[in-house]
Amino acid sequence: MSRPSETSPVPSPPPCSEPQLSENKRVCYSVGAMARTDVQLMLDVKAGDEASFELLLHRYRTPLVNFLYRMVRNREQAEDLAQDVFLRVYRAREDYVPSAKFTTWLFRIATNLALNSVRDNRYQRLEVSIDAPVTVDAEDGDERPLDVPEKHPNIEQHLVEDVRKKMIRHAIDKLPEKQRAAVLLHKYQELDYAEIAKILSCSESALKSLLFRAYEALRVELAPLVAQQAKNHG
Amino acid sequence: MSCERMESRILSYVDGRLKENERQDVEKHLAACSACQLRVEEFRAVSGLLDELPIIEPSPAFNARVHALVAAEPPRKQDWWAWLHVSPRIAFAASALLVAALWLGFMGRQHNQQLPWSNPQVADEQMMQDLPVLEDHDVLSNFEPLKELPPPVQADQTSDSQQM
Repeated sequence: MSRPSETSPVPSPPPCSEPQLSENKRVCYSVGAMARTDVQLMLDVKAGDEASFELLLHRYRTPLVNFLYRMVRNREQAEDLAQDVFLRVYRAREDYVPSAKFTTWLFRIATNLALNSVRDNRYQRLEVSIDAPVTVDAEDGDERPLDVPEKHPNIEQHLVEDVRKKMIRHAIDKLPEKQRAAVLLHKYQELDYAEIAKILSCSESALKSLLFRAYEALRVELAPLVAQQAKNHG
Repeated sequence: MSCERMESRILSYVDGRLKENERQDVEKHLAACSACQLRVEEFRAVSGLLDELPIIEPSPAFNARVHALVAAEPPRKQDWWAWLHVSPRIAFAASALLVAALWLGFMGRQHNQQLPWSNPQVADEQMMQDLPVLEDHDVLSNFEPLKELPPPVQADQTSDSQQM
């Protein structure tokens, strides 16, 4: 299991003594600044330190965008929501009290925004036709028409992988919103049960039950792949 | 442990998040229950499949858009207590001045309370002591001392003297 931020590390910035914003808005981070906890950074933001906000943005933009993308299944919308999350964090800086983990607070904002967005869009989804531009399955976010397989030696392998990923994404999409949020927070953000329970405003035992039902649904939905996977590992 | 009880622990077991004693309990149950054993394998498979989804990177303009949103925010509200953080010396001096002012006010009030006219009871007692003088009509009806006062200056006289 791996954290998204760890699997896709951001380019290491050049060393510099103090965090600072240059003219082209690229940020230098000192080792000391990077070692500061989220809560310390947020308290610095509260005290008016813009560079600490920049560090939080740097730390959490990828996990947030990925979480929101998997919730709403639209890259542009996911980025808009992630930006909204950061804006809300910035707005709330003056009233920030470190009573809980920063990630709990951050993902609670993100989850609420995502759930609202999913509920708003539930009846607005359009049917995908063969000639309509599609974005829902494009992990790289590029809008493109549905791919028609080309004659290529590896095309069959690519196609199989593509179908496999689509099945997994489809299985996640089919989960009820709260179960989906629980699975994403548990699997990809690696938050502990207490944190996820706080984010979803439920008890730990209710969360465990929610996750169990979600995994059961995924197991059924992905039965052919699960059997194959279990066979490979068995 | 029952299969029902396993439901709340199976995922923690797959993730390796159980405590040592809990893990031993689960493994003991798994050794005797093929259904739960199969479920553990399938949950592991599901977890592995979820790992296959790629990670996306935010678009290059992401940070710039956040900066623009933050820049569009209205300026920070001035905190009334901010001056405390800015200059502790001034804060200390102001506090000392306030305490001194309060102390002086309090002492002044206490001093006023000691004066006879500020306390009605003391004032009454003073009046009772002066009562013989106040009730002495000979003294009060004697206007002789008033005749010894210098005569009042007439308005005409003053204007004449000014003209001269």
